[in-house]
Amino acid sequence: MSGTILEVENLSVDIPVAAGMLHPVRGIGFTVSRGETLCIVGESGCGKSLTSLAIMGLLPKTARRNADRMEFLGRDIRNLREREMARLRGGSMSMIFQEPMTSLNPSYTIGNQLAEVYLRHVEQSRAAARDRAVFLLEKVGISSAASRLGQYPHQLSGGQRQRVMIAMALMCGPELIIADEPTTALDVTIQAQILHLLAELQREFRMGMILITHDLGIVARVADKVQVMYAGKTVEEGPCETVFDAPMHPYTQGLLRCIPIPGRTRRGERLGSVPGIVPNLVGELSGCMFRNRCDYASDACAGLRDEPTRMGDGHAYTCLRAPEEVLGERQPAEAP
Amino acid sequence: MTEAAALETVDVTCVFQVSQGLLRGSKPLRAVNGVSLKIPRGRVVGLVGESGCGKSTMANILLGLQRPSSGDVLYSGDSAAGFSRRQIARRIQPIFQDPYSSLNPTKSIESIVSQPLRIHNVGAPSEWSARVGEMLDVVGLPRRVASSYPSQLSGGQRQRVAIARALIMRPEVVICDEPTSALDVSVQSQILNLLQDLKEEFGLTYLLISHNLAVVQHMADRVAVMYLGRIVEEADSDTLFNDPRHPYTRALLGSVLTPEPRLGVPDTHLGAVFPNPIDPPPGCTFHPRCPDCMAICRSEPPRPASDGGHKTECHLYGGAGAPPTATHRGDNP
Repeated sequence: MSGTILEVENLSVDIPVAAGMLHPVRGIGFTVSRGETLCIVGESGCGKSLTSLAIMGLLPKTARRNADRMEFLGRDIRNLREREMARLRGGSMSMIFQEPMTSLNPSYTIGNQLAEVYLRHVEQSRAAARDRAVFLLEKVGISSAASRLGQYPHQLSGGQRQRVMIAMALMCGPELIIADEPTTALDVTIQAQILHLLAELQREFRMGMILITHDLGIVARVADKVQVMYAGKTVEEGPCETVFDAPMHPYTQGLLRCIPIPGRTRRGERLGSVPGIVPNLVGELSGCMFRNRCDYASDACAGLRDEPTRMGDGHAYTCLRAPEEVLGERQPAEAP
Repeated sequence: MTEAAALETVDVTCVFQVSQGLLRGSKPLRAVNGVSLKIPRGRVVGLVGESGCGKSTMANILLGLQRPSSGDVLYSGDSAAGFSRRQIARRIQPIFQDPYSSLNPTKSIESIVSQPLRIHNVGAPSEWSARVGEMLDVVGLPRRVASSYPSQLSGGQRQRVAIARALIMRPEVVICDEPTSALDVSVQSQILNLLQDLKEEFGLTYLLISHNLAVVQHMADRVAVMYLGRIVEEADSDTLFNDPRHPYTRALLGSVLTPEPRLGVPDTHLGAVFPNPIDPPPGCTFHPRCPDCMAICRSEPPRPASDGGHKTECHLYGGAGAPPTATHRGDNP
């Protein structure tokens, strides 16, 4: 496929810890095409952030990364040297982090930090870097952009800082943007604005985007494709509408029941929950890791192989329950 | 409403002097600007607004941690002046947002939960351990965590510890300041369910401060929307969510991202610039961001108007006129 930007197959990350080997990411795969948004959703500790760091080559030194395939723009990036990887990072793939407060350097001006990426990756012209910075700051909705270049991060509000981060990620015209919880630290109104902006820019520049979040509301609104992660594995994936209309994995279903929806859940009504806690991922792991929290668990789940059940149009889930069983049950639950 | 509210603020204003830098003196910042809010007994009142709007200052004032510059706080109808800090703490307890920083990492869970008993000298020290055990049962934690330390617990468990600590003195009112924002989705629903159960069991009254409107709608009977130190709209939950009037409330509601695909990200038409609270805009403080701004909004602060229990402070509702009693612009107290 010509539109494919990133292709990952069977990516895993292992980190040696005192108690043995930790397996935070255990064989996940996805593709991202031009102009497409992939949302990776899951709770803390499910390995979603490490997945993004693994792609960017930013894992901690002790971590080991394995993959059957990792191609970025048709180029194998598994064994790239640090120097080559650094050329890609910030250039054709860039990242937006969660905390705009800690990911901007407080002792340099905005202009300085924006220009730095450009001077490093594109060309050695301060004037060109400045023009690009002003152009992008205006693009991301920062008023009087030219005069902002001399300001320091602390002079901006949280939303403005996140806008600067987005502008910075766009400085070199990336093909792929990885946004890790880009709006978690922000107010609802600002969150909506930032997501709106990201979606618009992504359309305009035809970038691929991986958006990592724990918020299913965000996923539903911005994703083309969804990947639900649990304990380092993909438990369900598919086109956004399909996954939300007909979630198949008990974990996805459980998460959706946890969220109060204005107009749908009655006030004071008990919300659904997913009891239990995330399993320990140290040592040898086998079977479905969700079985200790699952209402449908049986002995067979301890021996589950990773064969996802495919539903067509890319929708797949990793659970022993047959599609007929899941679908047959849903009807009463969905009636209002 | 004739019954005395469990907690009530009467025209409370809180002004901080903010230094402008060396030699430039200081300027007043009106964090809370003439707020009157009633929290009826046994009810859940939601307080929503963006960061910097004064929600947390309100919480501090209600908890007796911050003295208002003017106005009064009434506990069951009695003025705060008659109460010591300790007496207030017996009636009102907080639950904070971040259970990672609100629990002392060097103390055991038993010591954290029993601290209010020690401070208030309740009962014999020999009974404390048993009461902690009961409290842990109530919030759904196994008793063995009593000897654990916060670092050994998950976020949801820590928030349960914080709830146990808040409830061990059997307070009347609990101020929940973003109680679930720092938690995962599946844990968030567990905590919300627990708060509901405890409300029934102990007849509690909650002030729920949150920017998550879905959570507020789920929990609250009545909702107050705060903007730059003022309550700009206040109504019963159903009324407010079905018939939001103030443009700011409408923008807030429009920004809620529910897990419904195909709807896309809403465009709130709300300028990004949160005004500087040290130098608030003249007239209605919301006018620079308001999609429905009229000429009068730039010069005249709107007067609070009430329609049944639905209070709105906006020129679109209720006629224009003299500014409200507390002036918006900076006279030093």
